[in-house]
Formats: sequence, structure tokens, C-alpha cells
Amino acid sequence: MSQTYTIHIDGVAIQALPGQKLIEAADAAGIYIPRLCHKRGLEPFGACRLCTVLVNGRPGTACTTPVADGMVVENDIESLREFRKQIIEMLFVEGNHFCMFCEMSGNCELQAMAYRFGITAPRYPYIWPHREIDASHPDILIDRNRCILCGRCVRASRDIDGKHVYDFVGRGAHKQIAVNAAARLADTNADVTDEALNVCPVGALLKKRTAFQVPIGRRLYDLKPIGSEIESDGSTRID
Amino acid sequence: MMSNCKAFIKKACRDVGKDPARLIDLLHAVQNAFRCVNEEAIDQIACELQIPRVQVDGAVTFYSFFSKEPKGRIIIRLCNDIIDKLHGVEEVGQALTEELGIEFGQTTEDGAFSLEWTPCIGMSDQAPSALVNEAVVTRLTPESARQMIRTLRGHMDPHQLATQLGDGNNASPLVHSMVRNNIREPGPIVFGPVNRGEAIRKSLGMTPAEVIRVLKTARLRGRGGAGFPCGMKWEFTRASEGDRKFIICNADEGEPGTFKDRVLLTEFADRIFAGMTIGGYAIGAQEGLLYLRAEYAYLKPHLEDVLAKRRADGWLGQNIHGKQGFHFDIRIQLGAGAYVCGEETSLITSAEGLRGDPKNRPPYPAQKGYLGYPTVVNNCETLCCVTRIMEEGAATFSEHGTEHSYGTKLLSISGDCSRPGVYEVDFGVTLREVLQMAGSNDPKAVQIGGPSGQMVGEDQFDRKICFDDLATGGSVMVFGGTRNILEIVHAFMEFFVDESCGYCTPCRVGNVLLKEGIERLLDGRGEPNDLEQFRKIGGMMKSCSRCGLGQTSWRPVITSLDHFPSVYESLVREDPDGFRRSFDLKEAVALSEDITGRKSIHA
Repeated sequence: MSQTYTIHIDGVAIQALPGQKLIEAADAAGIYIPRLCHKRGLEPFGACRLCTVLVNGRPGTACTTPVADGMVVENDIESLREFRKQIIEMLFVEGNHFCMFCEMSGNCELQAMAYRFGITAPRYPYIWPHREIDASHPDILIDRNRCILCGRCVRASRDIDGKHVYDFVGRGAHKQIAVNAAARLADTNADVTDEALNVCPVGALLKKRTAFQVPIGRRLYDLKPIGSEIESDGSTRID
Repeated sequence: MMSNCKAFIKKACRDVGKDPARLIDLLHAVQNAFRCVNEEAIDQIACELQIPRVQVDGAVTFYSFFSKEPKGRIIIRLCNDIIDKLHGVEEVGQALTEELGIEFGQTTEDGAFSLEWTPCIGMSDQAPSALVNEAVVTRLTPESARQMIRTLRGHMDPHQLATQLGDGNNASPLVHSMVRNNIREPGPIVFGPVNRGEAIRKSLGMTPAEVIRVLKTARLRGRGGAGFPCGMKWEFTRASEGDRKFIICNADEGEPGTFKDRVLLTEFADRIFAGMTIGGYAIGAQEGLLYLRAEYAYLKPHLEDVLAKRRADGWLGQNIHGKQGFHFDIRIQLGAGAYVCGEETSLITSAEGLRGDPKNRPPYPAQKGYLGYPTVVNNCETLCCVTRIMEEGAATFSEHGTEHSYGTKLLSISGDCSRPGVYEVDFGVTLREVLQMAGSNDPKAVQIGGPSGQMVGEDQFDRKICFDDLATGGSVMVFGGTRNILEIVHAFMEFFVDESCGYCTPCRVGNVLLKEGIERLLDGRGEPNDLEQFRKIGGMMKSCSRCGLGQTSWRPVITSLDHFPSVYESLVREDPDGFRRSFDLKEAVALSEDITGRKSIHA
């Protein structure tokens, strides 16, 4: 019989398995820890910092922190909710996000996260960066205006597709997603069937000619908030 | 691409064994030979090393010392650190642009010169200063800058610029530099005389566990800033399983206003290497790396020479000093211009030939560091302390300092003072005493610990320099009565915006928002709400940033706000009509006015 740990998240005792990351253990127990760069099946990345929790009183990201027996975690508390709001607002103002014209509206995790946290407009001034679009590929569009630098496509392309089509170039505020060619996505071996295209949380990596196949009103987060899919499905809570 | 370029890159790749971990060395070679690493070079390097070309592209675009566009045969990097600004670097910059006929960021048409700004190059005690290719030019004036260009046009050899050589090893043929050491207060621990080889001899007479116990008894804490107990770090790494282990010396001091490691590398490299060798013995490592910041490349020939002598004398290599089975050697890894690489996990990533992003922790370097093997990273000064402690024993070391901060600390003091330079002081000295030593008559504010430390005013000068009061990696910048606090803070935030790696949201965006907020205040558009926002942003960055850079880079704003509140309060006010003062209608409609050819009646 395999060993299990007991950890507490906001006072709720849950089971965890050695080797699990905190966010996985929380998911299994139906406790949602907000995240954007993390996605099940991809290597933990720790970039968006939305899943920052207090582990035994110290801040750490749930997506990268391994579980340990007796761990005491604070997640849904006022100070962390405020930090998360700030991070979401920062992601909005550093890019050029126009939800009302975006084909991902309703399926977008960034937008859904803002709704979950009750954000109607960011407090910070917009930075209005200049970002490039790459429409060279017959089936795929890269719109860096909407990219939040979560690195999901980087990891999926490298680790699942085995291609390494995408990676980051530049530093700091100039950091951006790039492709494995001198200039254009069309010059890479990217394909519309790549898993990398299914993991983008926003509208930065899009399959052409698929927009609006599902009408607004019937999209993923139109009726239920992001995270509810995890909150409705927990089985490892200890009563 | 010309075929000689292709042949050069092919050979350069072969020279590093086609090892992707040596990518930074390779990019330096290509950049130096062809003055750029262009798309074709990136393609070929990727092909030779069998790694994705976008990975090479990512590294080229991460480091300031690499460029895709061709640079001049001579690159002048003028340091625009705040201390250089206090000493008139703007006028020097103006003289250079006039003399060269180009702006900063440009290259002369004949391809001879490029002119760039660069953050602190570790010469704040002899500012304004510049790097001319690898050579360092100090104490520039507008006139000496013009003269420098005229001289260079003659021989095009930066090495010949140093006509008056500095003191000590700066004057040796291998360094040949006008840099001065400026050792103002040589203390007993780091700067005291050593008996070469004695520390290693004594260490090898003990078991590795005994060596670690000596360091724990001395309660040696890391000198880079974080203050982690050195013995504990070594013990963790010793206990980790690994086919290989590494000890890395962090010689990437990039914190603006710090330059003490420059002096250690120039005059006391033997002690650093001895400390690394002892560390290798204690943790069971056979390989050491000295990660040298690219700004200090002028010291590399000297350091290689010190290593060669140590090999010849049996202090490096096989069965060191007759100790059967103890093999250890050291390689110098050059950085490429990225402040974040002073953070130990970023340093490791960079030494692995990648973008200098910090790593997720856990696992810590002691478990999984360089190339995935257990690794210790120590500061130059910490390693010098190791050598001293092993030579003289823990007791002598702990005679100095305070209860939780044993030993001495090197301070790099610069700014508005008559004796800028390096001071070795006992921990526990007050800031006021330090300022007196440095000859500072009219200090208004002191930035201690560099931009990521804190800005304190007169009412804090009786605080002590030690780990549990005013902690510092060594940078002490003094600002006199007439200096503008907010302009200093703005310079620091510009630095952090430029140097954030961009991996995590809080640091990538938070620094930009703080910098722009300070700009609004300086422009007279500040609102009381801005100050509250600064604190909120700072609080989030502290808790949520991924590495020490973002966890501390808000501090120039918040500590100056704490200690100089009236400076901020005098610059903010509510708009009488309740509008956002930060919103500039004129600016907002300028583009559409331009397009339509009509003027707004409101703006």
C-alpha cells in the first residue's frame, strides 16, 4: 500500500501522494487554486505566480511546491486574493487585450479569471506595447498582443509534440514568444494538429478558420466560472 | 554568410566539444570575431550543437553583450549608474556623441565605433567610467572622453588607452589597466596577510566533515547578501547524492555601487581559488567554476595565470598536495551582461549555456544545481573568509563582529564622499562611523545594499551594519544634501526594468509600473492614490516574485517613501475637478489629430 500524506488547505484536511505538486493534490480534493501558466500534463513552470499560496506561512507557488506530510497551506485568504487581482490586472495592462473583439472571449482563461475575481477594469495605466503578429502559417496565427508569456506552448511543443517550435527571446518587458525559424512560423514544422495549439490560455496562438464555431453564450466560461470544474470534482478530502 | 565565418563557427563549436552548455563561450567567440551573432550564425550554431535555433536565439537576445546587428570594432559602453550620473556622466556622454557623430545605441558608418549605455561596471569608486571593448577607462571628463576617441582613431587598440596604470596587479602585464584598487581600510580577515597553501594544507589534514564543522563553529554566513550559513550549505551539498558535484564562485557582482569583488579578483584571486579548493574537498566536488561577469573580462588573463600557477604548484589538479584521490580543478565561465545572473540559480542556468532565468526551488542547488548535479554557489568574499578561517581557526574569525554576524564585511563605498573605495570593517559598525571613515560631510541619504537594499536618512545612521540590522552585500552609496531623492529612485527603477529577466509577472510588470509611477510624480502628475498603489505593488512583488530580484526591486521606492515621506507628499495632489491627473488628454488625442489633420477643441 502506498504511503499518503495529510495536508491542510484553509483548514480542510486532504490526502496527498508523495511526489505530487501541491496544486495537483488540491485539484484532486476539489480545492481550486487559481492558475494561468500551469496546465495538467505540462511541466510546472512557475511564471504567472497566480497560484502563490502560503505554505507553512511562507509564500510559494502551488504548481512547483512538492507536497510534504503535515503541510499547512493558506489559499483563499484576503491577502492572496488581493495579490492575485493585481497579477491579473498586470497581465491585462502589459498586453493589448480587447475582449470585445477577441474570438477567444468566453473561452479565455485570463478573461475568465478576471470575472472570477470581480475585476471590471484594471487599476493600473495601460502600457500599450507594440507587439508583432505572425500570420505566415496557412493554418495558425500568432498574435503576441494577447500573449501572457505563460510558456504553455513552449512546453507542449517541446515535451508533447517533440518539436520545440516555440520559445522565448528577449529579456524583461521585451521578452516575447518566438518561433524556431529566423522570422516566420511558416518556416517551422508547426502543424495545426500540434498539441501546442490546444494549450494557449488566451488568444495568442489560434487555429485559423475556427473562430465563432461555438457561439458566444455557449462557451466554456459563459455560464460557470473558471475553477468550478475542479471545485465540483473532489474526492480526496478527509472528513 | 562568408565561408570564413562558417569555418570559424565550425571550429569554435569543435573547440567547446559541441557542448551546448558552453553556448555562452561560443557566442562570445562569434560576437568578438564578427561583431554580431546574426541569424545565419544562429542557424549554424544550432545546427552544429544540435539544439533548436530558437534556443540559441533566446540566449543571444537575453544578454546585453550579444547583438544580432553588427556593432563597431570598438564598443564604448559608458556606465550610466546613478553614481556616474552624480559625477557628470551625462556631459561625458554628450562629448562622446559629438566627437563620434552618433547617438547612444548607434554605430558609426565606417563600422569603427558603437556607443552604448551600460549599468554599473563595478567602478563606482572611480566614476564616470566606461568599458572600451574589454578595457576599462575611469575618471572620465568630457575632455578626456574626446581625447580618448582621437587616440583610438589613431591606433584602434583599447588596450593602449591605459597610459597611467593602477596600483598592485592592475599594473601587471596581464591586467594592464588604469583601474585603482582603492583599498581604504584593509581589515584583518579578508585583507590580512596569508601563508599561501596553509589553509589547504590544514584542511586536507582533516576529514571533510571536520572542515565543515570548523566553518559552522566560525558561523560563517554568505557575504553576497542573503547571509545563508556557509557550513550548512556545504553540508547539504555534501549529503546529496551525485556522480559529479560542483562548487561555483559567484564573481558576478552586478549590484550597482558594489566593486569589492573586483579588488578581490585583482589582488586575492589565490585566496578565492583556495577557498573553492577547500570547498571541493569538503563537499566532494572535483570541478569548480568561477562565473566572472563580462564587465570584468579584463581580469580573465590574470585569473587564468593564477590558475596555471596553482596547477604548476600542485594546488590544483590530481592528488592535490599529495592527498591521494583528491582531484580538483577550476574553469572560468564568462557571463555576458545580465544582472539577474548574480542570483545563484540564474547564474547556474547561465553557466549551462541558457537564458539566465532563475530556476524553480525546490530543488535547491545543493540537491540539483549545475547540469543537475549537487552544487554550491559562494560569493568571492565568502571564499576568502573560508581560506582565512581554515588557516587560523574559527576562534580568530569570531573575535570580530556581533553575535549573529561574526567576522568582517567588505563595503564598497561610493558617491558623495571624499574617500570612495573598499573598506573592511567589523560587523556591528554603525553607518555613521562608516560615513565618517569615507569622508562624507553632508550625507542626506544612503542607499545601503545597492538598489535592492534600502534607502535610509540621517535618523537611521546609528543603525549597525550586520545581518540582523542593516544587511548588505557591500554596496554603500552616499547622496549629499543637494541630491534629488526621486531622481535616484527613478534611476534604480530604470535599472530593474532593464535587468528583470521577464520570467514572472510581478517582476516583469511590477517594475515597469513603479518606474512609470515615479515618472508621473517627477512630471508633476502624481496623485495621493499613487503612493498607496506603490505600496500594494511592492507588497505583491515581495511575496509573489520568483527570485530575489523581484522580491526586492520595489525597495528603492518603498524604503525611500518610508524614510523620506515629505519628498513624495510634496509631489502628489488631488485634481480639483476629480479627474485623473495622470491622464494627459493632449497626448491621448495627438495621434488622431495628426491623422485627421484637425485640432481637438478640448486638448
